[in-house]
Amino acid sequence: MPGKLKAKIVAGRHLPVMDRASDLTDAFVEVKFGNTTFKTDVYPKSLNPQWNSEWFKFEVDDEDLQDEPLQITVLDHDTYSANDAIGKVYIDIDPLLSSEAATVISGWFPIYDTIHGIRGEINVLVKVELFNDLNRFRQSSCGVKFFCTTSIPRCYRAVMVHGFVEELVVNEDPEYQWIDRIRTPRASNEARQRLISLMSGELQRKIGLKVLEMGGNAVVGYLQCFDLEGESGLVVRAIGTACTLDKLSNTYTPATAINPCNSSPSKDIKDSPQAVPSALGCRSTHSSPVHSASSRLSQGFSVSVPTLLFAGMKHRHRSSDGPRARQCRAGFGEEAPGVPLSSGPPTPLRAQTFSSFSPSKSYSRQSSSSDTELSLTPKTARICLSPSSPTLQSKSSPIPTTKALRSTTPPPLHVSQSDTAMLRKSVSFSEDLLLAASGMGSGGSAGKEAGPLKALLRQQTQTALEQREFPFFTLTSFPPGFLLHVGGVVSARSVKLLDRIHNPALGNTRSYKLLDWNSFTADEPETRDAWWEEIRQEIKSHAKALGCHAVVGYSESTSICEEVCILSASGTAAILSSRFMQDSALDTEHRLSRQQASVFTSGAEKGEGDMGSTASLGFEDLMSPGCAFCHIPYDELNMPFPAQLTYCHCCRRYKVPDVLFTTIDLPTEANVTGKGCLIQARLCRTKKKAQGEGNATAISNLLPFLEYELHTQLMNKLKLRSMNALFGLRIQISVGENMLLGLASATGVYLTALPSPGGIQIAGKTPSDITYEQHISNMQKKINDTIAKNKELYEINPPDLVEEVIGSPIPEPRQRSRLFRSHSESSDEVSELDLSHGKKDAFVLEIDDTDAVEDIHSLLTDAPTPPGFYSCNTEIMPGIYNWTSALQMFTSVRVFRLSNVNLTNQGLNKVFNDLCENLLKSLYFKLRSMVPCCLCHVNFTVAVPEDELIQVAVTAVAMSFDKDQTQENGRQSIDKNLMKAITENEDQLQFPLELSAESSSNPLNSAKGLSEVSGPLPSARDRCSSWIEQLRLKAHTIRCGSIKTMSSLEKASPLPEGRSRSLRSNRSYAGSSVTVVKMTPLSFIPGTKIIKYLGIINMFFIRETTSLREEGGVSGFLHSFIAEVFAMVRAHVAALGGNAVVSYNMKECVFMENPNKNQAQCLINVSGDAVIFVRESELEATPPQPHSASAQTSSSGEGT
Amino acid sequence: MSMELDVFVGNTTIIDEEVYQLWLDGHSVSDAVRMRLESDALSECEASGEVLHSDTMDQYRTFQMCERLLHCPSKLANQLLFQIPAHRQAMLIERYYEFDHTFAREVLGKKLSKGTKKDLDDISLKTGVALKSCRRQFDNFKRVFKVVEELKGPLVENVQHHFLLSDSLARDYAAVVFFANSRFETGKRKLQYLSFQDFAFCAGQLISYWTVGAVDNMMEDMDVDLEKEFLHDLKDLKVLVNDKDMLDQHKSLVCYQLKGKIKAFSEMEANFKNLSRALINIASKLTNTKDVRDLFIDLVEKFIEPCRSDKWTVGDLTLFLTHYTSTAHTLEMFRFQILWERYMGVIKSCILKMYHD
Repeated sequence: MPGKLKAKIVAGRHLPVMDRASDLTDAFVEVKFGNTTFKTDVYPKSLNPQWNSEWFKFEVDDEDLQDEPLQITVLDHDTYSANDAIGKVYIDIDPLLSSEAATVISGWFPIYDTIHGIRGEINVLVKVELFNDLNRFRQSSCGVKFFCTTSIPRCYRAVMVHGFVEELVVNEDPEYQWIDRIRTPRASNEARQRLISLMSGELQRKIGLKVLEMGGNAVVGYLQCFDLEGESGLVVRAIGTACTLDKLSNTYTPATAINPCNSSPSKDIKDSPQAVPSALGCRSTHSSPVHSASSRLSQGFSVSVPTLLFAGMKHRHRSSDGPRARQCRAGFGEEAPGVPLSSGPPTPLRAQTFSSFSPSKSYSRQSSSSDTELSLTPKTARICLSPSSPTLQSKSSPIPTTKALRSTTPPPLHVSQSDTAMLRKSVSFSEDLLLAASGMGSGGSAGKEAGPLKALLRQQTQTALEQREFPFFTLTSFPPGFLLHVGGVVSARSVKLLDRIHNPALGNTRSYKLLDWNSFTADEPETRDAWWEEIRQEIKSHAKALGCHAVVGYSESTSICEEVCILSASGTAAILSSRFMQDSALDTEHRLSRQQASVFTSGAEKGEGDMGSTASLGFEDLMSPGCAFCHIPYDELNMPFPAQLTYCHCCRRYKVPDVLFTTIDLPTEANVTGKGCLIQARLCRTKKKAQGEGNATAISNLLPFLEYELHTQLMNKLKLRSMNALFGLRIQISVGENMLLGLASATGVYLTALPSPGGIQIAGKTPSDITYEQHISNMQKKINDTIAKNKELYEINPPDLVEEVIGSPIPEPRQRSRLFRSHSESSDEVSELDLSHGKKDAFVLEIDDTDAVEDIHSLLTDAPTPPGFYSCNTEIMPGIYNWTSALQMFTSVRVFRLSNVNLTNQGLNKVFNDLCENLLKSLYFKLRSMVPCCLCHVNFTVAVPEDELIQVAVTAVAMSFDKDQTQENGRQSIDKNLMKAITENEDQLQFPLELSAESSSNPLNSAKGLSEVSGPLPSARDRCSSWIEQLRLKAHTIRCGSIKTMSSLEKASPLPEGRSRSLRSNRSYAGSSVTVVKMTPLSFIPGTKIIKYLGIINMFFIRETTSLREEGGVSGFLHSFIAEVFAMVRAHVAALGGNAVVSYNMKECVFMENPNKNQAQCLINVSGDAVIFVRESELEATPPQPHSASAQTSSSGEGT
Repeated sequence: MSMELDVFVGNTTIIDEEVYQLWLDGHSVSDAVRMRLESDALSECEASGEVLHSDTMDQYRTFQMCERLLHCPSKLANQLLFQIPAHRQAMLIERYYEFDHTFAREVLGKKLSKGTKKDLDDISLKTGVALKSCRRQFDNFKRVFKVVEELKGPLVENVQHHFLLSDSLARDYAAVVFFANSRFETGKRKLQYLSFQDFAFCAGQLISYWTVGAVDNMMEDMDVDLEKEFLHDLKDLKVLVNDKDMLDQHKSLVCYQLKGKIKAFSEMEANFKNLSRALINIASKLTNTKDVRDLFIDLVEKFIEPCRSDKWTVGDLTLFLTHYTSTAHTLEMFRFQILWERYMGVIKSCILKMYHD
C-alpha cells in the first residue's frame, strides 16, 4: 500500500479570457488521481490566479502510481451554467518513483486543451512519499529505471546486460466506442489521451516486473509504440533491453581500482579460482593478453581446441538442430585459421547480377541455394515472403507458390549443411597447417592467440544466449569490447489481417462493444503476442543462419491501413562478448562487475561528443581492434549467401565481406576513411485497391519486390559514393489504400577494413544502336564523374596503390583457389561464388528495361548536400570530432497530394523521390546559419494517410562543428588531435609497414601504435610485451585518477548537491524567464556532461480543430501543434529539474484532415530521457565538483 | 499534385531577421519570396523559389503565432510555446515596435481612435508604407498609449518597462503618447516642414520640464499631462511685456550683449518688442487647452517665421535666446526667475530645433 502522492496548486498565468463580459476568468482547479478528486477554491476575476492551495494528499498503491497519471484540470467557475474546462495537464509520476531520478516535480506546465491547444500555464508542485514494499508478489516495479537511449546511459556503467524484454497491452480505442457518437470531440480525445497514458503506465510497470525477475534494475533502449488498429482496438507495445546499471558516482573503490580489462594478468589469475571451475576458468583467461601470448604455440592451441570443440558439439547435438550444428562448426573454423568471429555482409555483387533477372527467377534460385534468410541480398525477396505466408495460411488462402517454397526448402538444406560442416572441419584444419607452414599467419599477435580462447568464450556466450528465448538487444551502440562481430542485417515482415483474428469469439457484430471489455481482453494480447513471437523467431533464425547468436540494434514497427497490418522487425546479427551477459553462475556476476568496472567507465565516456579518450582507445585496441567487428562471423565455406570475401584491410588476418549493412551505430573503435553521408532508397509502388484477404495477399506479393528494389537502390547509391558500409539502416514500409511506400535510410561510410568498392559499369543490352551506345557512355561518364566528385566530397582516399603491393605478402590467389576447392567439395551451389569473384570491381548495371533506367535516374538525381553540410542518420558523423555545443533539433512534416490518380510506378517514384529531396534541400536552407554543421540522426517517417496523400515527417538535430581542429583546447582537443594523428598515421604508415617482414604483427601496431611506428621494430614478442607495458602504464594513471576522484567524492555528497544546484538556478530564473531546455535525438550533448537522468518522457497528445481555416489551414494547425508538443516536453523536463531531453524521438505523427468540414485531427507521440547536463567548461572551472563521473573523465583524460 | 502541408518547427525557434523585416513591412508571402529571390544575399545558397516559399511560409506562420505575445512583450519572456534566446526576443520586440517616422509624423497629435484608423489607407498612400504595416504601427501606438496613459511615474520608463524597448525607442513612444494625449496640432500646412524627430525632441523637452514629474519625481502623478499650476503661473510672465520699463530695460540689456555678435542685429533691435511679446503671449495663453494644442503653430507663426524672413542664422537665434533668457534675471523688478527659466529653457530648445527649412 505504499505511497502517498502530494500535489499543490500554486498559481496560474496567461489564462484565456473565459468571461466575455468582464474579460476575465474565475478559475479553479481539479486535481485527480485514480478515483479521488480534490478542488481548489475559485480565484475570481483574474487571468493570473494565485491559488496557493493546501497539499492535496492521495494514498495509493504503488501499482497505481505507476499506471496512473496525475490529472489536473483547470476550469472556469460559472454560477448559472456548467463550469467550462480551460484545459488539462497530465503529469507522469513515474520519475518520482525511482530514488535516483527526480525528487520533486515543480514548475509551470502549459494547460492543454485538445481543441484549443495551450491556454495559459499552471504552477504545480508534486511529491511522492514511497514506503518500501517487500512483498514478493507485488505487481509494481517501482524503481526500475527506463531509458530511451539505445546505449548505456552516460553516467552509468553496465554491470550486466540481461537481454530482451517485451510486453504489450490491448484495449478498445475510445474513438471507436459507441459512446463516441454522443460525446463531444473533446471528451473523446481526452478519454483517448488518458487511456493511452494509463496503458503506457501499465506497460512500463509490467516490463519493470520482468526486469526485476531477470535481476536487472533498468531498461535501456526502451521503445514504446502504439498501434491504432481502428475498430479492432488499440495496442500499446514496448521492447527494451534489461540491464543492471550502476551509477558511476557510486562506484566503490575496488571496482575502479581493479585494472581495466585484462591488461593486468595477475588480477585475472586471482579471479579464476573464484570463478566456477573448468569452463568459467577458461573464460577468464581468455582475455588476458599475456596469457595468450605465452600459450600461443600453434600446436598448443590446435590440441586444446578439438577437445573443447567436441564438448561443445556434444552439447549441441542434443538439440539436433541444423543451424546450431553449423554454429559450433563456425566456431571451430575460427580457431583454426584465424578467422575468428567474423561478420559478413550481404553480397552486393549478387544484387547487381540479379538486377537483370526477373524477381521470380531470383527467387527460386535462392530457395535452392541456402536457407539463409537475410534481408540484404537479393534473398530478401524470399525472406519477406515467408513472413507473409503464415498469415495467409492462417487465413486459409495461402499463396500456393510461397507455401511450396517454404515447405520444401528448409529441411533438405539443413541436412546438407551439417554435412558440409563435417567436411569443412577437416578442410580448415589443413588450412591452418598450410598457414603455419608458410609462416604467414602464425606469427603471433595477441589478437590471434586470443582466437581459440575467444571461440571458447563465444561458445559459452552462446549457451548463455541460447537459453534465452530471444537474444535480442535494442541497443545500437555498446561498451567497447561487447560487440565482437557483425553479420549483417536481418529482418522479417508479416502481413496480418486485423479483423476477425481479433475477436473470433464475438464475430463482427457491433454488439460486443457494449460488453464489458475486460471480459475478453484476457485472451486478446495473446494474438498480438503470437504475431510478434512469430516474427522474432524468424529474426532469430536469420541470425543463426548468419552464424550469429545475437541480434543487436533490434527494433519493431507496424504499418496499418484499414484492416491490414504489416509487422516488421529488423536488427543486426552479431556475436557478442559474454562479458556483460548473465550466466547462470552468480560468481560470474561478481567477476564481471569487477573486471568491467573500468572498461565501462571508458565506455560511458567515449560518447562525450568525440571518439573517446586515448585511454579507452588503448583498451579497445587490445580487445577489439577497429576492424574486428567487420570480420565475418559465419563460415566462409558455407556462407549463408553469396558474398565476396577478402582479407581485412586493417589486420590482413581475417576475412571481411566487401560490403557491410547494419542497423547499429558505428562502433567507436571502427576505423573509417573520410566522412560518411546519409543514403536513402525511396520507392513507391501502386497497388490495386482491395479488401480484406485479397488486400493482404496483394501486399504480401508486393513486399518482396519492394524490399529487393530498395536494397538494389541502396547498394547502387553506396557504390556511387564509393563507400562500403551502411550503419543505422532503417527500412520503413508503409501501406496505403492504393500504394506501398518504401523508404530505407542509412549512413554510408568507408570502413577502412573493407575493400574499396569498385565503380559502377553500365551495360546496354542492345548494342546495335549507336545513339543508344552513346547514351550509355554518356551515362557512364556521368556516373564516373559523380563517383570521383563524391570521393573528394567525403574525403575518401583509401590507399589504393598500396593495396596492390600488399597483395604479395599474403598469398591471396592461393587462398582463393583453396577456397574454391573446398567449395566444390562441399556443394555446387557455392560455386557460384567464384563466378562473382571473377568480376571483382565490376558492379554492372544492365539497362535492359525501364526499371533499370529508372534506377540509374534515381541514382543521379540525388542532389549533393550543399557545402558545409553533412548528414547522417546515426548518432554522429564519423570523421567529425570537434562539435560545438550549438544544436538545433527540429521536426518537419510534409504532406503531398497526388492529384493524378492514374500515376505509373515511375511517376510515383519520382514524386516520392522529389518530395524527400526537396525536404532535405529545405532543411539545408533553413539551417544555413549553422554551417559548418551536420544533420545527425535524421529520422524519416513516411505514411500514406489517405488515398492520394503521402506524408513525410523528419526529426533530426543539426549540430555545428568547428572547422579548425587546432583551435580547441583542453582534453578534447588533445584526444582529437591524437585521434587524428592516429588515423593519419594509419593511412600513411600502416601499409608500408606491412611490407616489412613481420607483417603479421602489424595489425595491432599499425592500428594505434604511435610510439612504435618511429622506432625500429623489435621482435614480435618484445613488441607485444612493450604494448602491454604501455597499457599497464595507462591503466595505472587512470587508476590514480579515479582514486583521486574517489577521495574528492567522499568529501562532498555528490548528487543532492547537483540537484539542489540546478534547482536553485531554476528558481532564480523562475520569476523572469523560462529554463532553456535543449532537445536532441542523440544520447548526448556535445561539450557537456550528463550528470543525472531524471526519468523517461513519454507523452501522447491529440489535437483537433473544427476551425481549420481560421487556424491557418493544415500547416498552421500542425505548426502550432508541434510547437505545443515541444513546449509541453520542455515544461515537463524543466519541472523535473532538468535542462535537456536526450534520445528524443517523435514516434508517431498521425494527421487526418477533412477540409470540407473545416476539421483536422492530429496525434503525436514523443519520447526521450530527461537529463541534467553541465557544460564541460563549467566542470573544469570548478575543480571540487563532486560528480565523479565527470571527474573521472577529466582525470583519465589528463592521465593520458 | 500539390504540397498540402509543409511545416518546420525547431526546438529553438528559428528567426530570419530579413524575413521578419519583410513581414513587418507588410509584404505578402509571394512578394517576400520574390524579394528574397532578387536579393544577392541568398544567391550563394542556390535556393530555389520553392525552398524560399516554404521557408517564408514557415517564418510568416511563426511570426503570426508570436504576434499575440508581442502585444504584451513581457509575456514573451515567460511563455513556454516558443523557445527563443533572450537577445532574439529583444530583437523581435524592438523590431516589432519600431515605426516609420513618416508614418508617425502623420499620426502625431491625432486621436488614436477608430476614426483615425479608417484614414490609414490615405496615410499609407501618402507615406508609401504598406497598409498592413500602418495598421501594426497604429495598433502599437494605441496599445502603448492605453497601457501607459493611466500609469504613474516617468513616461519613458513606463514605456520601457512595459514594452521592454530600447531607450531611444521608448523615448519616441513617449513622444507619440504625449502628443496623442495633449493632441498638439501638427497637421497645419505651416508645420509640414517639421519632421517627426523635431517633434519628438520637443515632446522630450516638454515631458522633461513642463510636466508634474519633471519637478518632483516622487510626486505620484502622471507624466503625460503638463503641470496645470505651472501653466497657470506663466501668466505672471506678462509683466515682461506689459511693464514698459521692464521691456525697454530688457531690450537694452539684450542689445548690449549682442551688439556686434550677431549679423541680424538691426532686425533684432527693430523686432525685439514683437518677438518678446510673441513669446510671452504664448506663455500666458497656455492655460487654455486649445492654446496648448496650438503651441507649435504659434511658435512657428509668431516667432520662427518673422526671424526666418529676417534671415536670422541659427547662431544668431541661439545667441539671442540665450541672452534674452539670461538678461531677464538681471532685471530688478522681475521676480519669476525659476518660472522664467523653466519656460524659456524648453521654448529655446524647441525653437532652435524647429528653426530650419
